[in-house]
Amino acid sequence: MKAGLLAGWRAWMGVLVVFGACSAPEDSDPPPSFVPRELCTPIADDGTTVYFFSDIQPILGDRCVRCHGGVRELGSPRLNLQSREKAGFVLGSAGDVCSSEFFRRIAIADPGLRMPLGGQALPPEKVQALGNWILRGAAWPRHWAFAPLAEIEPRSVPVKDEAWIKTPIDRFILARLEREGIKPSPEADRTTLLRRVSLDLTGLPPTPSAVDAFMADTSAAAYEKVVDRLLQSPSFGERWGAHWLDQAHYGDTDGFEADHIRPNAWRWRDWVIDALNRDQPFDEFTIEQLAGDLLPGRTSTQVLATGFLRQTLYNGEDGVDLEEDRTKRVVDRVSTVGATWLGLTLGCAQCHSHPYDPIAQKEFYQLYAFFNNANESTADVPGSGSSAAGPGDVMMENTARPTYLLIRGDFRNPDTREALTQTTPRILHPFQSRQSGADRLDLARWLVDRTNPLTPRVTVNTIWYHLFGQGIVATLDDFGSRARLPSHPELLDWLARDFVGNEWRRKRVIKQIVMSATYRQSAEARPDVAPRDPDNALLARQNRVRVEAEIVTDTALAVSGLLTDRVGGPCVYPPIPDEVLNITLNGTEWGTSSPEDQHRRGLYTFYKRTVPYPNLQVFDHPSSYASAPGRERSNTPLQALTTLHNVVFAEAARALARRVQTEVPLGLREQLVWAFRLTVARRPEEDEISELESLFQDSARAYELDPQGAKDAVGDYMPPQATAAAAAAWVATARVILNLDEAITKE
Amino acid sequence: MNPLRERLHLDRRRFLTSAAGGIGGVALLALLRESGALALPARRAAPLAKAKNCIFFFMEGGPSQFDLFSYKPKLNELNGQRPPEALLAGKRFAFVQKDTAVLLGTDPARTFAAHGQSGMMFSDLLPNLSRHADRICLLQTVFTTQFNHHPAQLMVQTGDNLEGHPSVGSWFLYGLGSENKNLPGYVVMNSSAYLSGGERLWQSGFLPTTYGGVLFQPSGNPILNLAAPPGISKSVERRGLDALARLNEIRRQKMMDPEIAARIENYELAFRMQMAGPELTDLSLESGQTLARYGIDRTDPFVPMASYRRPAAGSYGNFARHCLLARRMVERGVRFINVFSGSWDAHFLLNSEIGFFSQMVDQPIAALIDDLAERGLLDETLVVIASEFGRTPLGENRPTFDGVSGRDHHPEAFCVLMIGGGTKGGFTYGETDELGWTATRDPVDIADVHATMLSLFGIDHTALSFPSRGADQRLTPLTRAARVINDIIA
Repeated sequence: MKAGLLAGWRAWMGVLVVFGACSAPEDSDPPPSFVPRELCTPIADDGTTVYFFSDIQPILGDRCVRCHGGVRELGSPRLNLQSREKAGFVLGSAGDVCSSEFFRRIAIADPGLRMPLGGQALPPEKVQALGNWILRGAAWPRHWAFAPLAEIEPRSVPVKDEAWIKTPIDRFILARLEREGIKPSPEADRTTLLRRVSLDLTGLPPTPSAVDAFMADTSAAAYEKVVDRLLQSPSFGERWGAHWLDQAHYGDTDGFEADHIRPNAWRWRDWVIDALNRDQPFDEFTIEQLAGDLLPGRTSTQVLATGFLRQTLYNGEDGVDLEEDRTKRVVDRVSTVGATWLGLTLGCAQCHSHPYDPIAQKEFYQLYAFFNNANESTADVPGSGSSAAGPGDVMMENTARPTYLLIRGDFRNPDTREALTQTTPRILHPFQSRQSGADRLDLARWLVDRTNPLTPRVTVNTIWYHLFGQGIVATLDDFGSRARLPSHPELLDWLARDFVGNEWRRKRVIKQIVMSATYRQSAEARPDVAPRDPDNALLARQNRVRVEAEIVTDTALAVSGLLTDRVGGPCVYPPIPDEVLNITLNGTEWGTSSPEDQHRRGLYTFYKRTVPYPNLQVFDHPSSYASAPGRERSNTPLQALTTLHNVVFAEAARALARRVQTEVPLGLREQLVWAFRLTVARRPEEDEISELESLFQDSARAYELDPQGAKDAVGDYMPPQATAAAAAAWVATARVILNLDEAITKE
Repeated sequence: MNPLRERLHLDRRRFLTSAAGGIGGVALLALLRESGALALPARRAAPLAKAKNCIFFFMEGGPSQFDLFSYKPKLNELNGQRPPEALLAGKRFAFVQKDTAVLLGTDPARTFAAHGQSGMMFSDLLPNLSRHADRICLLQTVFTTQFNHHPAQLMVQTGDNLEGHPSVGSWFLYGLGSENKNLPGYVVMNSSAYLSGGERLWQSGFLPTTYGGVLFQPSGNPILNLAAPPGISKSVERRGLDALARLNEIRRQKMMDPEIAARIENYELAFRMQMAGPELTDLSLESGQTLARYGIDRTDPFVPMASYRRPAAGSYGNFARHCLLARRMVERGVRFINVFSGSWDAHFLLNSEIGFFSQMVDQPIAALIDDLAERGLLDETLVVIASEFGRTPLGENRPTFDGVSGRDHHPEAFCVLMIGGGTKGGFTYGETDELGWTATRDPVDIADVHATMLSLFGIDHTALSFPSRGADQRLTPLTRAARVINDIIA
């Protein structure tokens, strides 16, 4: 670590001397446009393999396209390095590296002419790679993510250790590991595995009796039975519904200054939970959410599904330009659909053509046109039986509205020379509409068309992320040219194909994955592999992952016996400090719920966009302004303060203490084992028991001298037939168990 | 291992150590100190940039520059007259009705005078701040594209009018780290009636949550959840944490996951925060003279104002306390301190409301500048006083109002003050026309303010970036150039 830093320091000093202050490339004028051939020193092909996507495209992305991409297109004629079509004229001819102006400009020594202008020269190995590429004809393959799904027969993937294989997934993973000479990790012990799969599928830890039943079931199908049971549990929809809410950026208020309540927003949230629980095929799920109102013979439930499109923010501030605000909402819908189904950062093309991907600004507004024909008005929410919708609870209406490209994304500056009609970007699979004047239903069907490789790739990748803590493609919402390459491209395509070929059923994908030997591996570190694969991209083990914000609370409530596990219904209001609530103008609309409702799962907590619930926010609940397919996993002292001191967690500690003393009336060791098993499923080791024993005894002695403290610590959770000091010592012990790293970690 | 954390660490290190980072001394020293690679005295002067800490005042709602800094005799002269039609063409207002709008001069009772050797103009509403004329750098041509509160506040606080971008303070913390591990590196204090932007104003956006601002209460336990639950005494807490550390260590040895080590460390930090927090807010060791100078004991005067713009009772004392705490935080190495006051959004009753708010902030901010200067901290502390926009030279003629007694939102030219941190004192930057409508020389984009702030800390604004949504995002916009205003750097 130290050596690395000092090396960094030296590098920094050295570069400072050579370059002084770097000029910002964007402020500089284009340089003279030609480097004469005489100034070119040719290089020879050194024979190294060159892969366009891993060796060439990242150089262009990192060092070139900020100036020579969709945004600025500098050079003369204007050079756009997003596609061969636009860049071909500088790439020269095969076999003659100096015929390429591109090569001459990166290889020349004169910093006044050399590209990247004003920046560091490309290192020799990159110049060589680009040279090799040009010498071999500068092939520019179709971007991997846009290419059709490959047809791969898993049985054709050879592995040595056939016995390890449990599902087709394992062949892809093991083949790669064997190629690297790495052995996979052993299967996690059964308790760990049960806890892992329970947290992953339902967001709740297994009860001790579920652990006992699983241990007692010696049949070969024991694990599969558990998986099937969890997939059928109503909690499955709560857990996986929450993932979808992140992608839709769900909230219960409008956002902005007024941040009015959307009293019926939860009805759409319940629709999502239900759709996941009945395993609605993803193509239907897509069509209903984007165009349920346009379906022939639409049902009120299908119209409710379009709540997906109503998760946009709405500015009810006095004096707002309504057209500006409406424009922002339409842009948000395009961006959200782009990120969620296509894995494309379409929002980048709102003001200018996309900096990295071949998507023109005009094409952004052609997509915009699908949502621009939707006038918005307040209307009854289906199924609510009331018109109590808030201002942001708007419905879609289909009133034609002309669409123009907005110059620099400014709604006041439409390019009225050309009215744009609805269509999809040229670079993607072909679009067909039912009739002239395409609508959202056509768009939705295009997204789930069998010729679209992006939707299934993006969807299975996100599912994979939730089960491994990382995607096969690490950039979950960016499958464009700046995407990280898939760690296992054939696996990604096989999963995607299997998904589409089996009615787009998500439960099937999930089951395939959790049944795999890959998923079942132990999460213990692999010092033998870590230096070669620090990100665990090859999956020689499972990942150890801190659970998501809602699950931190849900776990504490579940193990202490407080959880109210009712599915769905209006939002709940757990306790919130006044100082947080009073920040905004409409801060006081928070009536704390009844105790029963306070103990509902975190996903039902009222989500006020301007003042997110602190216990969720501190554990990285996304802030619901834009689609968020994955979550940050921070590890902070404020989290420690929350689980140590916050009223919700303090109550859980008291309740867990009473539960343990009630369910196991006698024997400290037995009680400690029980508390430990309730919280983390496994039995404590001997050193862990003795640590807790001594904590309990020291705490009991302290409370014997402090009767008032003991009374305060126990509060309303005094168990029958216990001394105050022992009951309080149990609270002190229970809160430590609830604060174990393991208690909020999926292992 | 957490890939996101890992990536963050690498990105941050790459930024801090690469040439493209173009960073000055503070950032690099902070990094090296944080990593334990270099043992340096805590307050060694940085070689390239002076500023180490930032106190950023945000006057929520938009104060009227015509009552504080912008002396415009011509506007007074033309009071009640139509503005030149050319000025109105194509302009948008939140509330002003263009057809009937007339210019509104500053109240005749208001007096302006030149102060200090620089002759900087201040109104009589700022009797204390004006004493510091020769320390103040006044940018009077700042403009923004937003004229509604929430997006305009986000623009100033995060560099973008849309949600989801990290606040300035988060970027500072990301780029510079923190020098005090027992306190949050980015602290927020708020005495305003409400904040249109809500907590979004100090969010970490696409940066990790760790870099978000932490809301402080001005007394007792300043941070949420800092106090242990009833019946958990300090010794019970400590005993529990000892057991917890040993239990977590047992697991760490089995799983060999560095996240467990980080969590053990974070529980220790949380415990130390329980000492450092109350120690910070305990003013008992401050002299009576200091408390009086800041005006800690002042009570809110009663003046007529819109009830929803009136802050909760005790705002005068709270704001003064926030200023004194800001100094104490600077002394303890808190990197970025964000203080909110308001609401200055005087659409009506301007004369009475601006008196209330300027009197609230004038004495404590002036005391803070004195205090920092006397302790030798002003050179390394950048004090910024900003708002989301200013107010129109036009009177607000909303039809529902009973007469004209206020001004509308004005994004085209408003004032930002910078003091200390290596800025030029007694320096006025930019000029506006004689109506104060728009810049006639040296307009300043909000992004320029951000670029300049980073520059004062030795950071190149084009280099401090974080990958998100398909691009290397930064505080200053990717779609237009921001410039460092070198003229205001001493």
